[in-house]
Amino acid sequence: MRARPSDYELVIPHTLPAVLSLLGQEPGVWLPIAGGTDVMVQYAAGKLGRRKLVSIWNLPELRRIEVFAAEIQIGAGCTYTDLSEHEVVNREFTLLSRAARWTGGIANQNRGTIGGNIVNASPAADSLPALLVYEAELLLVSSRGERRVPYTGFHIDYRKTQIAPDELIRAICLKRRFSEYYAHARKVGARNAQAIAKVCLAALGRLADGVVEDIRLAMGSVAPVPLRLTGTERIVKGNRIDSWLVQLARTTATAEVQPIDDIRSSARYRAAVAGNLVAEYLEQLERSSN
Amino acid sequence: MSESSQDAKCEIAFTVNGQLATVRAYAMERLLDVLRHELGLTGTKEGCGEGECGSCSVLMDGSLVNSCLIPVLQASGANIVTIEGLACDGHLGVLQQTFLEYGGAQCGICTPGMILAAVHLLRKKPCPTLEEIREGLSGNLCRCTGYMQIIEAVAEAGRRGAAT
Repeated sequence: MRARPSDYELVIPHTLPAVLSLLGQEPGVWLPIAGGTDVMVQYAAGKLGRRKLVSIWNLPELRRIEVFAAEIQIGAGCTYTDLSEHEVVNREFTLLSRAARWTGGIANQNRGTIGGNIVNASPAADSLPALLVYEAELLLVSSRGERRVPYTGFHIDYRKTQIAPDELIRAICLKRRFSEYYAHARKVGARNAQAIAKVCLAALGRLADGVVEDIRLAMGSVAPVPLRLTGTERIVKGNRIDSWLVQLARTTATAEVQPIDDIRSSARYRAAVAGNLVAEYLEQLERSSN
Repeated sequence: MSESSQDAKCEIAFTVNGQLATVRAYAMERLLDVLRHELGLTGTKEGCGEGECGSCSVLMDGSLVNSCLIPVLQASGANIVTIEGLACDGHLGVLQQTFLEYGGAQCGICTPGMILAAVHLLRKKPCPTLEEIREGLSGNLCRCTGYMQIIEAVAEAGRRGAAT
Protein backbone atom coordinates (compact mmCIF):
# COMPACT_ATOMS: atom_id res chain seq x y z
CA MET A 1 0.00 0.00 0.00
CA ARG A 2 1.15 3.50 -0.79
CA ALA A 3 2.55 5.72 1.94
CA ARG A 4 0.53 8.71 3.14
CA PRO A 5 2.80 11.79 3.25
CA SER A 6 0.91 13.13 6.27
CA ASP A 7 2.18 10.16 8.31
CA TYR A 8 5.81 11.23 7.89
CA GLU A 9 8.00 13.99 9.17
CA LEU A 10 11.02 15.40 7.33
CA VAL A 11 13.43 17.99 8.65
CA ILE A 12 16.37 19.73 6.98
CA PRO A 13 18.84 20.96 9.62
CA HIS A 14 21.35 22.37 7.04
CA THR A 15 24.51 21.63 9.08
CA LEU A 16 26.25 18.38 10.02
CA PRO A 17 26.43 19.15 13.79
CA ALA A 18 22.67 19.84 13.82
CA VAL A 19 21.99 16.49 12.08
CA LEU A 20 24.27 14.63 14.50
CA SER A 21 22.64 16.30 17.48
CA LEU A 22 19.21 15.12 16.29
CA LEU A 23 20.48 11.56 15.70
CA GLY A 24 22.14 11.62 19.14
CA GLN A 25 19.03 12.81 20.96
CA GLU A 26 16.83 10.02 19.63
CA PRO A 27 19.07 7.22 18.29
CA GLY A 28 17.32 4.96 15.83
CA VAL A 29 14.31 7.25 15.49
CA TRP A 30 15.50 9.47 12.66
CA LEU A 31 16.30 8.00 9.27
CA PRO A 32 18.86 9.98 7.27
CA ILE A 33 17.82 10.63 3.67
CA ALA A 34 20.28 11.94 1.08
CA GLY A 35 19.33 11.71 -2.61
CA GLY A 36 16.39 9.41 -1.85
CA THR A 37 17.16 6.86 -4.57
CA ASP A 38 16.69 3.99 -2.10
CA VAL A 39 14.70 5.58 0.75
CA MET A 40 12.01 7.09 -1.50
CA VAL A 41 11.46 3.77 -3.25
CA GLN A 42 10.76 2.05 0.08
CA TYR A 43 8.67 5.04 1.16
CA ALA A 44 6.51 4.99 -1.97
CA ALA A 45 5.87 1.28 -1.50
CA GLY A 46 4.78 1.89 2.11
CA LYS A 47 7.71 -0.19 3.34
CA LEU A 48 9.66 2.45 5.21
CA GLY A 49 9.90 1.43 8.87
CA ARG A 50 10.61 4.86 10.29
CA ARG A 51 8.32 7.90 10.22
CA LYS A 52 10.86 10.59 10.99
CA LEU A 53 13.42 11.53 8.35
CA VAL A 54 16.30 13.93 8.45
CA SER A 55 17.67 15.25 5.17
CA ILE A 56 21.44 15.14 4.73
CA TRP A 57 21.25 15.94 0.99
CA ASN A 58 23.83 18.47 -0.14
CA LEU A 59 25.34 19.07 3.31
CA PRO A 60 28.61 20.84 2.37
CA GLU A 61 30.56 18.84 5.00
CA LEU A 62 29.59 15.60 3.24
CA ARG A 63 29.83 16.72 -0.36
CA ARG A 64 33.49 17.23 -1.06
CA ILE A 65 36.43 15.13 -2.18
CA GLU A 66 39.64 15.99 -0.35
CA VAL A 67 42.89 14.94 -1.98
CA PHE A 68 45.89 14.37 0.28
CA ALA A 69 49.32 13.01 -0.59
CA ALA A 70 48.64 9.53 0.76
CA GLU A 71 44.86 9.19 0.40
CA ILE A 72 41.68 10.76 -0.84
CA GLN A 73 38.67 11.30 1.39
CA ILE A 74 35.38 11.12 -0.45
CA GLY A 75 32.51 12.78 1.39
CA ALA A 76 29.71 10.30 1.94
CA GLY A 77 27.24 12.71 0.36
CA CYS A 78 29.09 12.77 -2.97
CA THR A 79 26.93 11.54 -5.82
CA TYR A 80 27.93 9.02 -8.47
CA THR A 81 28.18 11.97 -10.86
CA ASP A 82 30.57 13.72 -8.45
CA LEU A 83 32.71 10.56 -8.48
CA SER A 84 32.69 9.93 -12.22
CA GLU A 85 33.57 13.58 -12.94
CA HIS A 86 36.42 13.81 -10.41
CA GLU A 87 39.89 13.86 -11.94
CA VAL A 88 41.74 11.87 -9.24
CA VAL A 89 38.95 9.30 -8.86
CA ASN A 90 38.94 8.82 -12.64
CA ARG A 91 42.70 8.48 -12.86
CA GLU A 92 43.55 6.44 -9.77
CA PHE A 93 40.33 4.68 -8.76
CA THR A 94 38.93 3.54 -12.08
CA LEU A 95 36.96 0.69 -10.51
CA LEU A 96 34.98 3.23 -8.52
CA SER A 97 34.42 5.69 -11.36
CA ARG A 98 33.32 2.84 -13.62
CA ALA A 99 30.90 1.49 -11.02
CA ALA A 100 29.56 5.03 -10.59
CA ARG A 101 28.75 5.14 -14.31
CA TRP A 102 27.04 1.74 -14.13
CA THR A 103 24.77 2.62 -11.26
CA GLY A 104 21.22 3.47 -12.37
CA GLY A 105 20.79 6.04 -15.13
CA ILE A 106 21.95 9.66 -15.19
CA ALA A 107 19.14 10.93 -12.93
CA ASN A 108 19.96 8.38 -10.24
CA GLN A 109 23.68 9.08 -10.62
CA ASN A 110 22.90 12.76 -9.96
CA ARG A 111 21.14 11.92 -6.68
CA GLY A 112 22.45 8.60 -5.40
CA THR A 113 25.36 8.95 -2.96
CA ILE A 114 28.30 6.71 -2.15
CA GLY A 115 27.51 6.85 1.58
CA GLY A 116 23.91 5.93 0.90
CA ASN A 117 25.04 3.00 -1.21
CA ILE A 118 27.15 1.71 1.70
CA VAL A 119 24.51 2.02 4.43
CA ASN A 120 21.72 0.75 2.19
CA ALA A 121 23.97 -2.31 2.19
CA SER A 122 22.60 -4.13 -0.81
CA PRO A 123 24.80 -7.10 -1.67
CA ALA A 124 24.14 -6.21 -5.33
CA ALA A 125 25.42 -2.61 -5.12
CA ASP A 126 27.80 -1.83 -7.99
CA SER A 127 30.29 0.35 -6.10
CA LEU A 128 30.86 -1.81 -3.01
CA PRO A 129 33.16 -4.49 -4.50
CA ALA A 130 35.42 -1.61 -5.63
CA LEU A 131 35.62 -0.28 -2.07
CA LEU A 132 36.50 -3.78 -0.85
CA VAL A 133 39.45 -4.23 -3.20
CA TYR A 134 40.77 -0.72 -2.49
CA GLU A 135 40.52 -1.67 1.22
CA ALA A 136 38.69 1.57 1.97
CA GLU A 137 38.35 2.96 5.46
CA LEU A 138 35.25 4.73 6.71
CA LEU A 139 35.11 7.81 8.92
CA LEU A 140 32.03 7.39 11.08
CA VAL A 141 30.87 10.51 12.89
CA SER A 142 28.38 11.12 15.69
CA SER A 143 27.87 13.72 18.39
CA ARG A 144 30.15 11.48 20.49
CA GLY A 145 33.07 11.97 18.10
CA GLU A 146 34.60 10.33 15.06
CA ARG A 147 36.06 6.87 14.49
CA ARG A 148 37.88 5.30 11.58
CA VAL A 149 36.98 1.71 10.69
CA PRO A 150 38.08 -0.61 7.89
CA TYR A 151 35.37 -1.09 5.26
CA THR A 152 36.30 -4.79 5.18
CA GLY A 153 33.96 -6.35 7.74
CA PHE A 154 31.62 -3.32 7.84
CA HIS A 155 28.79 -5.45 6.45
CA ILE A 156 28.05 -8.06 9.10
CA ASP A 157 25.06 -9.78 7.50
CA TYR A 158 22.38 -9.21 4.88
CA ARG A 159 21.65 -5.47 5.06
CA LYS A 160 23.29 -5.22 8.51
CA THR A 161 26.32 -3.00 9.13
CA GLN A 162 28.52 -1.89 12.00
CA ILE A 163 27.12 1.65 12.00
CA ALA A 164 25.57 2.81 15.30
CA PRO A 165 22.08 4.36 15.25
CA ASP A 166 23.46 7.83 16.01
CA GLU A 167 26.26 7.68 13.43
CA LEU A 168 26.67 8.83 9.86
CA ILE A 169 29.41 7.98 7.43
CA ARG A 170 31.30 11.24 6.98
CA ALA A 171 33.84 10.11 4.42
CA ILE A 172 35.34 7.14 2.62
CA CYS A 173 39.15 7.06 2.64
CA LEU A 174 41.09 5.45 -0.20
CA LYS A 175 44.86 5.01 -0.11
CA ARG A 176 46.58 6.35 -3.24
CA ARG A 177 48.72 3.32 -3.97
CA PHE A 178 46.97 1.45 -6.76
CA SER A 179 48.24 3.19 -9.88
CA GLU A 180 50.57 0.24 -10.67
CA TYR A 181 47.75 -2.31 -10.40
CA TYR A 182 45.86 -3.80 -13.34
CA ALA A 183 42.25 -2.89 -12.60
CA HIS A 184 39.25 -4.63 -14.11
CA ALA A 185 35.50 -4.45 -13.48
CA ARG A 186 32.70 -6.46 -15.02
CA LYS A 187 28.98 -6.28 -14.48
CA VAL A 188 26.82 -9.10 -15.77
CA GLY A 189 23.19 -8.04 -15.90
CA ALA A 190 20.18 -7.80 -18.18
CA ARG A 191 21.37 -4.37 -19.38
CA ASN A 192 24.04 -1.93 -18.21
CA ALA A 193 21.97 1.00 -17.01
CA GLN A 194 19.19 0.66 -14.46
CA ALA A 195 19.60 -3.11 -14.16
CA ILE A 196 20.79 -4.63 -10.93
CA ALA A 197 23.69 -7.00 -11.45
CA LYS A 198 23.35 -10.77 -11.58
CA VAL A 199 27.05 -10.81 -10.69
CA CYS A 200 29.61 -7.99 -10.63
CA LEU A 201 33.38 -8.14 -10.14
CA ALA A 202 36.00 -5.61 -9.09
CA ALA A 203 39.58 -6.83 -9.39
CA LEU A 204 43.05 -5.44 -8.79
CA GLY A 205 46.28 -7.28 -9.42
CA ARG A 206 49.98 -6.71 -9.85
CA LEU A 207 52.63 -8.95 -11.37
CA ALA A 208 56.34 -8.92 -10.56
CA ASP A 209 58.60 -10.99 -12.82
CA GLY A 210 55.57 -12.90 -14.05
CA VAL A 211 54.45 -13.84 -10.55
CA VAL A 212 51.22 -12.51 -9.01
CA GLU A 213 52.57 -10.26 -6.30
CA ASP A 214 49.18 -9.01 -5.11
CA ILE A 215 45.61 -9.75 -6.10
CA ARG A 216 42.29 -8.50 -4.77
CA LEU A 217 38.95 -9.89 -5.98
CA ALA A 218 35.51 -8.77 -4.80
CA MET A 219 32.03 -9.52 -6.07
CA GLY A 220 28.48 -8.30 -5.71
CA SER A 221 25.25 -10.33 -5.83
CA VAL A 222 26.97 -13.59 -4.84
CA ALA A 223 26.51 -13.58 -1.04
CA PRO A 224 24.48 -11.85 1.71
CA VAL A 225 27.14 -9.12 1.74
CA PRO A 226 29.55 -7.73 -0.89
CA LEU A 227 32.17 -10.47 -0.89
CA ARG A 228 35.96 -10.43 -0.98
CA LEU A 229 37.16 -13.73 -2.46
CA THR A 230 40.06 -14.25 -0.06
CA GLY A 231 40.23 -18.02 -0.67
CA THR A 232 40.65 -17.53 -4.41
CA GLU A 233 43.18 -14.76 -3.83
CA ARG A 234 45.29 -17.12 -1.67
CA ILE A 235 45.33 -19.73 -4.44
CA VAL A 236 46.57 -17.20 -6.98
CA LYS A 237 48.97 -15.04 -4.99
CA GLY A 238 52.65 -15.87 -5.40
CA ASN A 239 52.08 -18.00 -8.50
CA ARG A 240 52.56 -17.68 -12.22
CA ILE A 241 49.34 -17.47 -14.23
CA ASP A 242 48.99 -20.49 -16.50
CA SER A 243 46.00 -22.50 -17.66
CA TRP A 244 46.25 -24.79 -14.66
CA LEU A 245 46.12 -21.87 -12.19
CA VAL A 246 43.26 -20.22 -14.11
CA GLN A 247 41.25 -23.43 -13.88
CA LEU A 248 42.00 -23.83 -10.16
CA ALA A 249 41.01 -20.22 -9.48
CA ARG A 250 37.80 -20.73 -11.47
CA THR A 251 36.72 -23.74 -9.42
CA THR A 252 37.79 -22.11 -6.15
CA ALA A 253 35.79 -18.96 -6.88
CA THR A 254 32.76 -21.03 -7.94
CA ALA A 255 32.88 -22.80 -4.58
CA GLU A 256 33.72 -19.70 -2.55
CA VAL A 257 30.66 -17.62 -3.49
CA GLN A 258 27.36 -18.20 -1.70
CA PRO A 259 24.74 -17.02 -4.20
CA ILE A 260 20.99 -17.47 -4.03
CA ASP A 261 18.18 -17.98 -6.53
CA ASP A 262 16.14 -14.80 -6.96
CA ILE A 263 14.19 -12.91 -9.60
CA ARG A 264 17.35 -11.80 -11.38
CA SER A 265 19.22 -15.08 -11.65
CA SER A 266 19.87 -18.53 -10.22
CA ALA A 267 22.50 -19.57 -7.70
CA ARG A 268 23.97 -22.06 -10.16
CA TYR A 269 24.34 -19.52 -12.94
CA ARG A 270 25.83 -16.94 -10.56
CA ALA A 271 28.42 -19.41 -9.25
CA ALA A 272 29.42 -20.39 -12.79
CA VAL A 273 29.68 -16.72 -13.86
CA ALA A 274 31.72 -15.91 -10.74
CA GLY A 275 34.25 -18.56 -11.74
CA ASN A 276 34.30 -17.37 -15.34
CA LEU A 277 34.83 -13.73 -14.37
CA VAL A 278 37.81 -14.65 -12.20
CA ALA A 279 39.28 -16.75 -15.02
CA GLU A 280 38.74 -13.92 -17.50
CA TYR A 281 40.47 -11.46 -15.19
CA LEU A 282 43.51 -13.69 -14.62
CA GLU A 283 43.94 -14.19 -18.36
CA GLN A 284 43.82 -10.42 -18.87
CA LEU A 285 46.22 -9.81 -15.99
CA GLU A 286 48.67 -12.26 -17.50
CA ARG A 287 48.41 -10.58 -20.92
CA SER A 288 48.80 -7.12 -19.35
CA SER A 289 52.42 -7.89 -18.53
CA ASN A 290 53.34 -8.65 -22.17
CA MET B 1 16.93 27.10 11.40
CA SER B 2 15.36 23.83 10.43
CA GLU B 3 12.28 23.41 8.29
CA SER B 4 9.86 20.85 9.60
CA SER B 5 6.49 19.38 8.70
CA GLN B 6 5.41 18.32 12.21
CA ASP B 7 2.43 16.35 10.89
CA ALA B 8 1.20 19.44 9.12
CA LYS B 9 1.57 20.97 5.72
CA CYS B 10 4.29 23.53 5.35
CA GLU B 11 4.82 26.36 2.92
CA ILE B 12 7.46 25.54 0.34
CA ALA B 13 8.70 27.98 -2.28
CA PHE B 14 10.69 27.20 -5.41
CA THR B 15 11.01 28.40 -8.96
CA VAL B 16 9.28 26.42 -11.71
CA ASN B 17 9.96 27.30 -15.32
CA GLY B 18 11.12 30.76 -14.31
CA GLN B 19 8.10 31.54 -12.13
CA LEU B 20 8.15 31.60 -8.34
CA ALA B 21 5.74 29.00 -6.95
CA THR B 22 4.62 28.67 -3.35
CA VAL B 23 2.75 25.55 -2.32
CA ARG B 24 1.35 24.16 0.92
CA ALA B 25 2.34 20.52 1.07
CA TYR B 26 3.49 17.78 3.38
CA ALA B 27 7.29 17.69 3.50
CA MET B 28 7.40 14.09 2.24
CA GLU B 29 5.07 14.60 -0.71
CA ARG B 30 6.84 13.69 -3.89
CA LEU B 31 7.90 16.61 -6.08
CA LEU B 32 6.19 14.73 -8.93
CA ASP B 33 2.79 14.89 -7.18
CA VAL B 34 3.17 18.52 -6.23
CA LEU B 35 4.05 19.46 -9.82
CA ARG B 36 1.10 17.56 -11.23
CA HIS B 37 -1.60 18.08 -8.63
CA GLU B 38 -0.78 21.39 -6.93
CA LEU B 39 0.70 23.23 -9.89
CA GLY B 40 -1.21 21.52 -12.72
CA LEU B 41 2.01 20.72 -14.61
CA THR B 42 0.83 17.37 -15.91
CA GLY B 43 3.50 17.21 -18.62
CA THR B 44 5.67 15.42 -16.08
CA LYS B 45 4.53 11.78 -16.14
CA GLU B 46 4.57 9.00 -13.60
CA GLY B 47 5.74 5.67 -14.97
CA CYS B 48 7.18 3.26 -12.43
CA GLY B 49 7.26 5.54 -9.38
CA GLU B 50 10.55 4.05 -8.23
CA GLY B 51 13.26 5.76 -10.24
CA GLU B 52 13.62 3.09 -12.90
CA CYS B 53 11.91 4.53 -15.97
CA GLY B 54 12.76 8.24 -16.11
CA SER B 55 9.24 9.38 -17.12
CA CYS B 56 9.12 11.86 -14.24
CA SER B 57 12.53 13.42 -15.05
CA VAL B 58 12.83 17.16 -14.44
CA LEU B 59 15.78 19.49 -14.09
CA MET B 60 16.46 20.65 -10.52
CA ASP B 61 19.15 23.33 -10.26
CA GLY B 62 20.32 22.18 -13.69
CA SER B 63 20.64 18.55 -12.65
CA LEU B 64 18.51 15.78 -14.16
CA VAL B 65 16.48 14.10 -11.38
CA ASN B 66 13.59 11.70 -11.03
CA SER B 67 10.87 13.81 -9.42
CA CYS B 68 9.21 10.69 -7.98
CA LEU B 69 12.23 10.31 -5.67
CA ILE B 70 12.37 13.89 -4.37
CA PRO B 71 10.56 14.79 -1.17
CA VAL B 72 9.19 18.23 -1.99
CA LEU B 73 10.83 19.86 1.03
CA GLN B 74 14.21 19.05 -0.53
CA ALA B 75 13.14 21.17 -3.53
CA SER B 76 12.73 24.22 -1.30
CA GLY B 77 14.47 27.16 -2.97
CA ALA B 78 15.37 25.09 -6.02
CA ASN B 79 15.07 26.05 -9.66
CA ILE B 80 12.93 23.45 -11.44
CA VAL B 81 12.43 23.07 -15.17
CA THR B 82 9.67 20.80 -16.51
CA ILE B 83 8.67 20.03 -20.09
CA GLU B 84 6.25 22.98 -19.94
CA GLY B 85 9.26 25.28 -19.55
CA LEU B 86 10.91 24.37 -22.86
CA ALA B 87 8.59 26.01 -25.37
CA CYS B 88 8.91 29.79 -25.67
CA ASP B 89 6.04 32.08 -26.75
CA GLY B 90 4.22 29.18 -28.36
CA HIS B 91 7.32 28.03 -30.28
CA LEU B 92 8.67 24.57 -29.63
CA GLY B 93 12.16 24.16 -28.27
CA VAL B 94 14.71 22.66 -30.68
CA LEU B 95 14.50 19.19 -29.09
CA GLN B 96 10.70 19.24 -29.14
CA GLN B 97 10.85 20.12 -32.82
CA THR B 98 13.33 17.36 -33.72
CA PHE B 99 11.36 14.77 -31.70
CA LEU B 100 8.34 15.78 -33.79
CA GLU B 101 10.22 15.57 -37.09
CA TYR B 102 12.02 12.29 -36.38
CA GLY B 103 9.11 10.41 -34.82
CA GLY B 104 10.72 10.46 -31.38
CA ALA B 105 7.34 10.40 -29.65
CA GLN B 106 4.63 7.79 -30.01
CA CYS B 107 2.45 7.20 -26.95
CA GLY B 108 4.10 10.19 -25.28
CA ILE B 109 4.52 8.93 -21.73
CA CYS B 110 8.32 8.80 -21.85
CA THR B 111 8.68 11.87 -24.06
CA PRO B 112 8.83 14.71 -21.48
CA GLY B 113 11.43 12.85 -19.41
CA MET B 114 13.32 11.81 -22.52
CA ILE B 115 13.49 15.42 -23.75
CA LEU B 116 14.65 16.73 -20.36
CA ALA B 117 17.33 14.03 -20.22
CA ALA B 118 18.38 15.17 -23.69
CA VAL B 119 18.45 18.84 -22.60
CA HIS B 120 20.71 17.81 -19.70
CA LEU B 121 22.95 15.82 -22.05
CA LEU B 122 23.29 18.61 -24.64
CA ARG B 123 24.22 21.12 -21.95
CA LYS B 124 27.12 18.86 -20.96
CA LYS B 125 27.94 17.65 -24.47
CA PRO B 126 26.59 19.99 -27.16
CA CYS B 127 27.45 17.61 -30.03
CA PRO B 128 27.20 14.14 -28.51
CA THR B 129 28.21 10.93 -30.27
CA LEU B 130 25.57 8.21 -30.67
CA GLU B 131 27.21 6.35 -27.80
CA GLU B 132 27.02 9.43 -25.57
CA ILE B 133 23.35 9.88 -26.49
CA ARG B 134 22.65 6.25 -25.56
CA GLU B 135 24.41 6.69 -22.23
CA GLY B 136 22.74 10.04 -21.54
CA LEU B 137 19.28 8.58 -22.13
CA SER B 138 19.96 5.18 -20.58
CA GLY B 139 17.82 5.94 -17.54
CA ASN B 140 14.77 6.69 -19.68
CA LEU B 141 12.74 3.78 -20.94
CA CYS B 142 10.57 3.83 -24.07
CA ARG B 143 8.34 0.90 -25.04
CA CYS B 144 7.17 2.33 -28.38
CA THR B 145 9.89 3.74 -30.57
CA GLY B 146 12.69 1.24 -30.27
CA TYR B 147 14.88 4.25 -29.37
CA MET B 148 16.39 4.85 -32.82
CA GLN B 149 14.09 7.77 -33.68
CA ILE B 150 14.76 9.31 -30.28
CA ILE B 151 18.51 9.00 -30.67
CA GLU B 152 18.34 10.52 -34.16
CA ALA B 153 16.17 13.37 -32.85
CA VAL B 154 18.73 14.18 -30.15
CA ALA B 155 21.64 13.98 -32.60
CA GLU B 156 19.84 16.36 -34.97
CA ALA B 157 19.07 18.77 -32.09
CA GLY B 158 22.79 18.77 -31.31
CA ARG B 159 23.59 19.60 -34.93
CA ARG B 160 21.04 22.46 -34.82
CA GLY B 161 22.78 23.90 -31.77
CA ALA B 162 20.04 23.12 -29.23
CA ALA B 163 22.51 23.59 -26.40
CA THR B 164 23.18 27.23 -27.24
